[in-house]
Amino acid sequence: MLIKFNHKPLIGDWLVIIVSLLAIIFMFQQFWRLEQASKLKIRQGDKVIGTYDLNQTRELQIHGAVGDTHISISQGKVRFKQSPCNNQYCVHQGWLSRAGQVAICIPNQISLQLMGAKSSYDSLNY
Amino acid sequence: MTHLITKKNIKTNAEDHHVAKLTALAIGLHIIEAVIPSPLPGVKPGIANIVTLFVLYKYGFATAAWVSLLRVFASSLLLGQFLSPTFVLSLSGALLSLAALYVAQHLPKKTFSAISLSIFAAFAHISGQLLVVWVWLIPHTGIIYLVPVFALAAMVFGLINGLITLKLLMK
Repeated sequence: MLIKFNHKPLIGDWLVIIVSLLAIIFMFQQFWRLEQASKLKIRQGDKVIGTYDLNQTRELQIHGAVGDTHISISQGKVRFKQSPCNNQYCVHQGWLSRAGQVAICIPNQISLQLMGAKSSYDSLNY
Repeated sequence: MTHLITKKNIKTNAEDHHVAKLTALAIGLHIIEAVIPSPLPGVKPGIANIVTLFVLYKYGFATAAWVSLLRVFASSLLLGQFLSPTFVLSLSGALLSLAALYVAQHLPKKTFSAISLSIFAAFAHISGQLLVVWVWLIPHTGIIYLVPVFALAAMVFGLINGLITLKLLMK
């Protein structure tokens, strides 16, 4: 059913609609950046194990709180390949490839953080 | 002493009755909306705001503020959400939305209609809610991914509510 409005939006209304839409498009671009990650940072507990280039094929073995975790890097993407933890949430996260993505294995206290060419915000304050 | 207190009547005038009627309408809309499931949690059309906007144009800001805030309190009591996070979200949205309307009501009427005011109110509403969600409920930066989605919903529903208000005001 088409509702018929006998009053058209005024110039100011169009202005508000257009400016709002532009602002929303801008926000989508800013906050939903789909940038390909280029670097990987691995942490174990409170220390950084290392920063690795993602454009390589490499298997890593990291000793954590409950055992050894296997991480594989494969040309722009990375995953937890094998983990000694019970739930295997980290393994089920699968491949990560976008900047800003994070995978964490809490039992083994290991985290993967993907970074882009320029590091994205890790916190914002008003 | 007690019988004196119980016998005492609260004096009401015609305007109070008017506010009560309009608030009742807003509460009705609020509750209808509360039982309609939403595809995305937090995204709601906010049809009760049509009443606030209508009242703002017809009876001024003070009445609109009364209707809006009474609606938030009364609806939360009816839905059993008083002082719950849902209530706080509703109240923060309503307060910021009223603040936006307070400023926006001074815009020239020949250029900006109820549509603009409705969109401003919707943006203010979602800003207030997201701020509460972020500061109090989910202090995680992941919230930022939701901002554009909610802003888009606010814009769309603000526009629709504005058109409906305009239609009602024409009668």
